[in-house]
Amino acid sequence: MTEDKIQSLAITGRRRFLRNISLSTLSAIIGADIVFGSSMPKDYVPVVFQDDDPYKLFKKHKDLIILNNKPWNLESQPHILDDKVTPADKMFVRNNGLIPEKVDKATWKLTVDGEAVKAIKSYSLEDLKSKFDHYTYQLTLECGGNGRSEFYPPASGNQWKTGAVSCASWTGVRLRDVLEDVGITDKAVYVGYHAADTHLSGNPDKEPISRGVPIYKALQDETLLAFSMNGEDIPLAHGFPLRLVAGGFPASASGKWLNRISVRNIVHDGAKMEAPSYRVPCKPVAPGEEVANEDMCIIESMPVKSLITYPKTGAMIAKGKSLEVRGHAWAGELEVSDMKVSIDFGQTWQKCQLEKPVNRLAWQHFKTQLSFPQQGYYEVWAKATDANGVSQPMVVPGWNPKGYLNNACHRIAIKVG
Amino acid sequence: MENDLIKSLKKLLGLMLGLSFLIVIMIGALVLVNINPDFIHKSKDTGSTDLAEVNVQEGDLVKDGIHMSTGLVAEEGYETVIANCTNCHAADLIIQNRGSKERWMALIDWMQETQGLWDLGSNEEIIVSYLSEYYAPIQRGRRPNLVDIEWYELKE
Repeated sequence: MTEDKIQSLAITGRRRFLRNISLSTLSAIIGADIVFGSSMPKDYVPVVFQDDDPYKLFKKHKDLIILNNKPWNLESQPHILDDKVTPADKMFVRNNGLIPEKVDKATWKLTVDGEAVKAIKSYSLEDLKSKFDHYTYQLTLECGGNGRSEFYPPASGNQWKTGAVSCASWTGVRLRDVLEDVGITDKAVYVGYHAADTHLSGNPDKEPISRGVPIYKALQDETLLAFSMNGEDIPLAHGFPLRLVAGGFPASASGKWLNRISVRNIVHDGAKMEAPSYRVPCKPVAPGEEVANEDMCIIESMPVKSLITYPKTGAMIAKGKSLEVRGHAWAGELEVSDMKVSIDFGQTWQKCQLEKPVNRLAWQHFKTQLSFPQQGYYEVWAKATDANGVSQPMVVPGWNPKGYLNNACHRIAIKVG
Repeated sequence: MENDLIKSLKKLLGLMLGLSFLIVIMIGALVLVNINPDFIHKSKDTGSTDLAEVNVQEGDLVKDGIHMSTGLVAEEGYETVIANCTNCHAADLIIQNRGSKERWMALIDWMQETQGLWDLGSNEEIIVSYLSEYYAPIQRGRRPNLVDIEWYELKE
């Protein structure tokens, strides 16, 4: 078994998914034998099973890559993230548990409780929409484990490459306004979310994930209780009917299918708040080093990063032709102040035009025109620098046990001539 | 009048007989296909890798050393892995990951402590040996070469 073969089989996609469904499985689900199963064309998905094709189920672009089907995890690819505002069909899907099956907008309730509220209060969706002002922000959501696949020794979990990032336009009410309406005390330290998804084990007493944000983040203008995405109801896979959206933080802080917010007098201790989940060593460690749980610190702002979204890697251009390169850059809580690309593995860098973000925590667009000195194979490397002067590393940054925060430069391959 | 009615009834009877005959033939065909599924596509290329066909005939097909329906390397212990691991998560999650014996054991401990995985008993040794053999870490350096590039002409 060559490594390549294992790798190519690990690349999951539509074909792989279809291969996973055996007819006996299908028959078991339908509760009947599929009599003419043996003459089905190979790409045919029986009607009764169509809803389990993730591309149809989640209305996703064909170039998304399936990492896992239990729970559903799909990642996007740089070349389909070229839109300035990420459309729903190109957005990565990250789940820790099972997506709720029945969501009733009319009876949905958000309860705010916890040690640091003056009184427990509940709101229907209609209450939220009618009582509070609405705000719309474009917010960058990146999975803490985006880029995990490059760490060595390998870190366990979904092996995200570059596509676990999006920047959609979210509309909702400010969490701050709702917390003010509820009334919080000066004991408030953290806000934890609870949601309607279910644990993979099926145990109803276990939450798959219940994370949140420190109170300073909860009170920011851009931290929303969102009920719409890109001007429409939030798609089910992305948190319908209500989602906490805290851009710039690991996307796991933005709880989907939100039904309860707990204002805590301690750092929230819900599922996947505990070490080592979404934590990195407080002090740098050598690759593979054991790190005690008490030495792991919660990730807050995501690091500076960028993605070349045009052209798609593998472009062949004629000699003497110039090439437009473009993409997005973001820096967690900070703004990106500089964007450069290199065609000689970092020996020289060319400055790109960089747009201001449409609002705080939105990704910024860059572009530049490249010319190549001679025929041959090139890689275009992209490097962003944040407002504090911190840049993306060209190599994989500090190893950590769970493989978070890989913000190494993105690169694409180009052939000239 | 009466004659017309009789004629109509006769027509109806004929139609019903015809229908019953068709149904009998269809049932016959179904039974035949059930007994010998090859009957309906004898003319098909036998080397075809039609996925649906493969699955219906051999649910546990192994091709090039890979168990087709899960994608796992079909070597000693893979059935035990399927039986104990794929209830909760897809085999995809295993295939993407790499680890030493210690790493896989630590992961099993974590799943037992937090994710509701049962005591694996003597199967643990089988599972850990399998995983650390076929899903061992691969050192690729601090930045690997770009691979699997699909080259295309860029048209503007």
